[in-house]
Amino acid sequence: MLHTFGLFAVLFGTWILLSGHFTPFLMIAGAICVAFTVYVTFRMDLLDHQRDYIGPVWRLPVYWLWLAGQILVWSIIISSKVLAPRLNIDPAFERVPCTQKSDLWRVLYANSITLTPGTLSTNLRNGDLEVHALTQSAMSDLKTGKLDQRVTVAEGGKPTTGEKL
Amino acid sequence: MIFLAATAALIAAMALALARAFAGPTVYDRILAVNHIGTQTVLLIAVFGFITERPDFLDISLLYALINFIATIAVLRYVKRDPANVKKQS
Amino acid sequence: MILDILSWIAIAIGAFFVIVGGLGIWRMPDLFSRMHPAGIIDTTGAGFILLGLLLQSSDWLVSVKLALIFIFLIFTSPVATHALAHAALLDGLKPWTRGRDKMDDKDGQT
Repeated sequence: MLHTFGLFAVLFGTWILLSGHFTPFLMIAGAICVAFTVYVTFRMDLLDHQRDYIGPVWRLPVYWLWLAGQILVWSIIISSKVLAPRLNIDPAFERVPCTQKSDLWRVLYANSITLTPGTLSTNLRNGDLEVHALTQSAMSDLKTGKLDQRVTVAEGGKPTTGEKL
Repeated sequence: MIFLAATAALIAAMALALARAFAGPTVYDRILAVNHIGTQTVLLIAVFGFITERPDFLDISLLYALINFIATIAVLRYVKRDPANVKKQS
Repeated sequence: MILDILSWIAIAIGAFFVIVGGLGIWRMPDLFSRMHPAGIIDTTGAGFILLGLLLQSSDWLVSVKLALIFIFLIFTSPVATHALAHAALLDGLKPWTRGRDKMDDKDGQT
């Protein structure tokens, strides 16, 4: 039930933000549209199931800021690779373990890998990811497990290596 | 002024991606190129809205971002495991 | 005025990264290596251009829409890229490497 109301609130908030008009007609039309959408979602039996544990949400912005920094650094590195007169790339394609517990956080980890230029997750199976990297250094940087540890800590788990984050 | 420079850069990048969409040996290269032409179009529409000082264009841009994603996934569903595509790689 | 200059710098950086991404899509030798420069367009290029536009906007509604565009791009682009790479792998495309990869298959690209 909480999930239903949460979906309603999020959708209606999006409607208000995107319309920018606050006349009664538009508000009522929005409420009707959102209610219909929630009803269809309910009919599709997508609501009120057991959800993955999201964890301490306040750690996410810290993680996102760190990830933005990583993305910037790797963008510059990959840009220098692209602009080099002779193409100096050495792709690697390997399996990388992931230590997250729930599927949601594994997906977040895989998407973080894909978002970082230079590494690209291609498959997510039981306990590990297939990763394609543009250079060997990108792969070895990923294999140090910094990103993995960050996501695991953001999930609320204990870091498995003693490395300081 | 800077908006025009950004527009020029976006159009140049779109031309490069379009060349890849024509040349790309496999169908996946073409999908990748078209997907990123779509991303650049989103940015182009947003910048264009600022050039003409009509922020309504941002709504179109927002819609384009979502449709671009759906289109990529839909086309991927369509070409996946099509035997005609496998032969072209050799 | 300072805000203007900041936004110009941000848009210029974004335009630079977008061009680099386009060049990368054209230059790289195979599909999987093409995806990396393409990712630069989606994250850094789009991020800086939208940041520059955000600094220019006067209306809060415009700012919210720019932020929403950025959020949608940042959430959908890795999913699309992942789906594309996964479909290409299922279809039998092999990533090109320099011949010392640790996966079992070493056919390489055509």
